Amino acid sequence: MSLLDIVLALPLLGFLAVLLVPRQNEETIRRTAMVIAVVTFLASIGLATGLSSDVPGPQFVTDVIWIAFPEIHYHVGTDGLSVWLVILSTFLTPICILISWRSIDKRVKEFYAFLLLLEFGLIGVFVSLDLFLFYVFWEVSLVPMYFLIGIWGHERRIYAAVKFFLYTMAGSSLMLVGIIYIYNRAGTFNYTTILDMLNGGKLGFTPGEEMLLFLAFFIAFAIKVPLFPLHTWLPDAHVEAPTAGSVMLASVMLKMGAYGLIRYCLPMFPDASRRCAPWIIVLAIIGIIYGALVAMVQPNMKKLVAYSSVSHLGFVVLGIFSFTQLGLDGAVYQMLNHGISTGALFVLVGLLYERRHSLEIADYGGVATAAPGLSTVFLITTLASVGLPMLNNFVGEYLVLQGAAQANFRWAVFAAIGVILSACYMLWLYQRVFYGDTPEAVADHVHDLNHREWVATVPLLAMMLWMGVYTASFLPPITRTNYAILEQSKMNVRFRVAAPPHAPYLSAREVRLGR
Amino acid sequence: MHQLWLIPALPFAGFLINGILGRRFSRAVVNAVALGSVLLAFLWALKTVLGLGEARIFEHYFNWIVAGGLQVGCDFAVDRLTAVMLMVVTGVGALIHIYSIGYMAHEDGYYRFFAYLNLFMYFMLTLVLAANFLLLFVGWEGVGLCSYLLIGFWFHKKSATDAGNKAFIVNRIGDYGFSLAMLLIVVNFGTLDFQIVFHAAPTKPEAVLTTIAMLLLVGACGKSAQFPLYVWLPDAMEGPTPVSALIHAATMVTAGVYMVARSFPIYQGAPSALEIVAYIGLFTAAFAATIGLAQNDIKKVFAYSTVSQLGYMFLGAGVGAFSAGIYHLMTHAFFKALLFLGAGSVIHALSGEQDMRNMGGLRKKIPVTFWTLMCAAVAISGVPPTAGFFSKDAILVAAYHHAPWMYWIGTITAGLTAFYVFRAMFLTFFGEYRGHEHPHESPKVMTIPLAVLGVLSIAGGFIKVPAWLEHFFPVAEAPENPSLVFISVAAGLIGIFIAYVMYVARPGLADSVASSLDGLYRLVYNKYFVDEIYDAAIVKPVVSGSRAVLWRGVDAGLIDGTVNGVGSGSQGFGGWLKLFQSGNIRSYATWVVFGSVVLVVTLGLIGAVR
Repeated sequence: MSLLDIVLALPLLGFLAVLLVPRQNEETIRRTAMVIAVVTFLASIGLATGLSSDVPGPQFVTDVIWIAFPEIHYHVGTDGLSVWLVILSTFLTPICILISWRSIDKRVKEFYAFLLLLEFGLIGVFVSLDLFLFYVFWEVSLVPMYFLIGIWGHERRIYAAVKFFLYTMAGSSLMLVGIIYIYNRAGTFNYTTILDMLNGGKLGFTPGEEMLLFLAFFIAFAIKVPLFPLHTWLPDAHVEAPTAGSVMLASVMLKMGAYGLIRYCLPMFPDASRRCAPWIIVLAIIGIIYGALVAMVQPNMKKLVAYSSVSHLGFVVLGIFSFTQLGLDGAVYQMLNHGISTGALFVLVGLLYERRHSLEIADYGGVATAAPGLSTVFLITTLASVGLPMLNNFVGEYLVLQGAAQANFRWAVFAAIGVILSACYMLWLYQRVFYGDTPEAVADHVHDLNHREWVATVPLLAMMLWMGVYTASFLPPITRTNYAILEQSKMNVRFRVAAPPHAPYLSAREVRLGR
Repeated sequence: MHQLWLIPALPFAGFLINGILGRRFSRAVVNAVALGSVLLAFLWALKTVLGLGEARIFEHYFNWIVAGGLQVGCDFAVDRLTAVMLMVVTGVGALIHIYSIGYMAHEDGYYRFFAYLNLFMYFMLTLVLAANFLLLFVGWEGVGLCSYLLIGFWFHKKSATDAGNKAFIVNRIGDYGFSLAMLLIVVNFGTLDFQIVFHAAPTKPEAVLTTIAMLLLVGACGKSAQFPLYVWLPDAMEGPTPVSALIHAATMVTAGVYMVARSFPIYQGAPSALEIVAYIGLFTAAFAATIGLAQNDIKKVFAYSTVSQLGYMFLGAGVGAFSAGIYHLMTHAFFKALLFLGAGSVIHALSGEQDMRNMGGLRKKIPVTFWTLMCAAVAISGVPPTAGFFSKDAILVAAYHHAPWMYWIGTITAGLTAFYVFRAMFLTFFGEYRGHEHPHESPKVMTIPLAVLGVLSIAGGFIKVPAWLEHFFPVAEAPENPSLVFISVAAGLIGIFIAYVMYVARPGLADSVASSLDGLYRLVYNKYFVDEIYDAAIVKPVVSGSRAVLWRGVDAGLIDGTVNGVGSGSQGFGGWLKLFQSGNIRSYATWVVFGSVVLVVTLGLIGAVR
């Protein structure tokens, strides 16, 4: 039993433990959930520190048969790509529990149970190395989120929950078809075996087959990302979700899509990925600019942040489909950055909502006077979100743009407009909410952060700074894994490897890696 | 090791201490932390500069970003160019910190102000010490942030926070160019390190260098408030006056000039881009000077003057006289900081009044302010042998050798400069007092920095920056030419004389001139309506287009309409599906189990078929 199994099992155990606590012992439920979440987080750190730089491919692997026929394995492992996403999930879950401490007062038991089940599903998605297991976790994570929105959401929660569910299901059923088709051809769900077969030429797809399979996976992932124009479930889901739901949704669930693109689409369907890349990049760039412009005119804070996610995730997709080392590294880094900074934004908007009971920007003003601590935290988060250097997003955005520029400078020219626009919508939001005179309703209700809230927000700020200044703690494993994925995606390419224009960069890397 | 990191780290420590604990500190402690950290930084910088030879000092601390063959270090370096900047930033910065103690004495948020000011020093010093483009960009964006925070320091005022947003966003447009330039540098050079890039620059094709140079110029135009991105700087005067002096006159806004000078090997390989630097500088110098002629707010006059003087620096760089541009950067830091601090002293004396129509006759009432401000006024007018005379002359002579017409426009602009500065001086200090407040001289803590800057404005020209930078920049040929010097000095004196006639000798003449040139006057008074044009042509269409077309039209209408249409189109199907949507967890769970069973069975069948 590896550490990874423990990290995966803990939230599930927590889920069961919470179910066993009697419903009226609300404080015990919260504490149980919190303890489990913190232990899970601490355990997950061991994954990052224990990740060896010498071993190519997944580590902390466990592979046992789960269902004998058809042969489905419990096959998990982690590498430089997934390890940070696992840690992101385990890092945010305790924060979500903390900020829900007082704001969730009905059906407390189910809430924390679902939150831990969600964590279980999310970690599972990132560590699965068996296609069927991946699909199971993909669906497992969907269910608790559906209920988090549907039960603890705001007025239009049912509409939003159903929309969220149907959108995602539409995509994932396509993916299921793809998975079964691949099983039919390869005779296994084991992802590492499938990749080996592809490399060894034992398994091959005709271009038509590959394109259809690619699209089946791609659409499922693109909905989750969400890529323009498949994004309209996102604003509704965010606005209606409770704070913890918004945080987990934006910070981690959206990353399932981007993760899937890197993990499955690029290595398995490199031809089709490259063929579609220009079109996908056009959609990504539209998303970057469109998301930012629509965010700018939102009267509702959560909607604004939701559309800003569309813009930020556009950068991620752009980086992935630039097929450059820098672009891919930047995309993964940006996934983590977005998890931290947008997660923090949703936490803070949630704190404002708890106080003033409104998400409308127009209901605020002068919060800086009423709650200086909250305002400072929000300001730093805003700055991270607009990509100020020394904070996390800058590194990701820069690497993505640099990768895009290497592939095609024009892409960078258009995508970088998003960086200007992010300053517009975020600063305008900040001005309207925090500056100016303080209306009575704000002065009376919006008090500053309490200790629990400081504990929930300071780690987020620390991560923004750490990831922005000292990338050496995070980037090397990401780079290693991405390098392998890029190589993999070249090995299987039939038509033309878009003339490796950046051979000097890759070879310089190889020198450094001692390959 | 010279421990260069200490220079920015000291103000950063000051920022952290005051920012986190300052609320509980007494003002004396806040002062000690803020001023002490900057003074120590100044001393450390001085020690470094004094020990500096021709060779540059380079220190590598850690790798910031390593990915895909790209390596960006956290590296600082000091060479002769950085040395000038270090001295200006820490020296003038320390003086302005001292002044602020008096100026901000009655304000709330005292610790916040000094924390921001220290943060600014940290970023500005990072900017000038950076040894690669990306680290320079850290400082570049960071000073922009501090500018935003300090412009909006009085955040209850909507005009202040609007101005802050405008500054940040317009700068972002410039940074867009800067970012693209960096991307192209990496694509073509494989690194962002100054040394390597500049060394390799001569081997690159001119088209590449020109593109990079033009994009860098976009960034420089944003930060240094050059046409067409100058519009944020006049609004930035919403901030407290010491901020206007430090950030929006002496240091931050010169970062663009510094960056262009720093990148001179790229510009040398891109003569057409350099030519455009000169055009933009010259046009901005003249354009902003004309606006300065008709402003009534004393800070607005000096703001447009700053835009105009920055134009001179660009002109200097554009005609190849980089060292003259940096020379003017330094002298301008002295006299423009003094003009703003002096104006601040006037405003302080009048309890916040900024409109010169409500001033007048203050010469006797606040004599120290008057005399120190006079030093700055003669310096900016280029009266020999003040600081402004030497540096402006070096630029104009170099411009003549590049293209005589540039010299002539520059000289006329020098006349306009002298006119608007002395117009402000005469309106403020001469004639009868037209206001209602009771003017009082500022405390020593404010007037001593004024006096020091006064001395520097008069005598600072003898700090021979061009000689110091002799081997740093390529030599621009500009032989001495006494007649050119004579003409430009005469232009300044004529400007002063006309201002004297119009505002002291024959008051009323100004109004009749203004009314006889009514249309022109209005155009200039309203700043050529540039803000209005931008608003109507860019801001409004983008905002209302996003709202009406993108959000309501595309997002809610087209995309969601289609999605919901698919939903209602399959209502029959949906009605059937409704049976499954009981809202009951147990029934959902049943369906999930059922689905899984169906799936597994299906898979089994498929497996069997295979």
